[in-house]
Amino acid sequence: MVYLTRVEHFNAAHKLYNPAWTREQNDLVFGKCANENWHGHNFELFVTVKGNPNPDTGFIVDAKWLSAVIKEHIIEKLDHCNLNLDVDFMKDKMCSIENLVLGIWAELHPLMPEGVNLHCLRLVETPRIYVEYYGEL
Amino acid sequence: MDKKVSVFRKEHFNAAHRLNNASWDEAKNMEVFGKCNLPHYHGHNYELIVKVTGVPDPQTGYVIDMKVLSDIIKDQVLERFDHRNLNLDVPEFKELNPTAENIAIVIYDLVRPQIKEQFDLRITLFETPRNYVEYPAS
Repeated sequence: MVYLTRVEHFNAAHKLYNPAWTREQNDLVFGKCANENWHGHNFELFVTVKGNPNPDTGFIVDAKWLSAVIKEHIIEKLDHCNLNLDVDFMKDKMCSIENLVLGIWAELHPLMPEGVNLHCLRLVETPRIYVEYYGEL
Repeated sequence: MDKKVSVFRKEHFNAAHRLNNASWDEAKNMEVFGKCNLPHYHGHNYELIVKVTGVPDPQTGYVIDMKVLSDIIKDQVLERFDHRNLNLDVPEFKELNPTAENIAIVIYDLVRPQIKEQFDLRITLFETPRNYVEYPAS
């Protein structure tokens, strides 16, 4: 079994704000991340798949194909967008990186071909903060 | 001869912005600025490097106390820019497009009065790991 990782990036705006709470409660819990006018990040997405290399190609999956799938289904929807307002799979969810990585997993997982398993998503929000998701173990 | 030394302080802030020229129509803005013009804003992790050049003080050995420099950047820049929308929350960009170029100029103008006149000041601003600007130009 070999693991292959493709790294993509996108730049986006968001805010952390629970509409069921008061402004004060949001400020207390989310601090400056609750700024009503948004803030933003350079996000990095590491997509790791696992499988056995195909004897004819030597590939688990063509990395160029994987890149194209990530770009078409994830980056096109997120890059230079507002994660709270513009992204169908984040509608009505709190826009944390935890929820974003779950949303990206749900989009990508069904697109993997036979014999290729999505192993891990790592979503980096800043050089100092990132999350990882390995699916339901 | 006085020996000049450059000292550097790195800081960072996260902010939203969009690029838009209010005197142009939607089509022209999209043509020039592309997805940077999208109406709901996007954002970046900005990395800021402030460079101060001068002769070390013979008493302290410092060009400038790094704690003092850090506090100047925090008070003048990070307090105004971090977790803000540059277009909406920062008055300097009310009429000015918040490109990396203009952000660097605004940061220079905010920090310059806080640094002794005899010292040179240079701002380097990374908008992404791949795009950065420098002001004044070297």
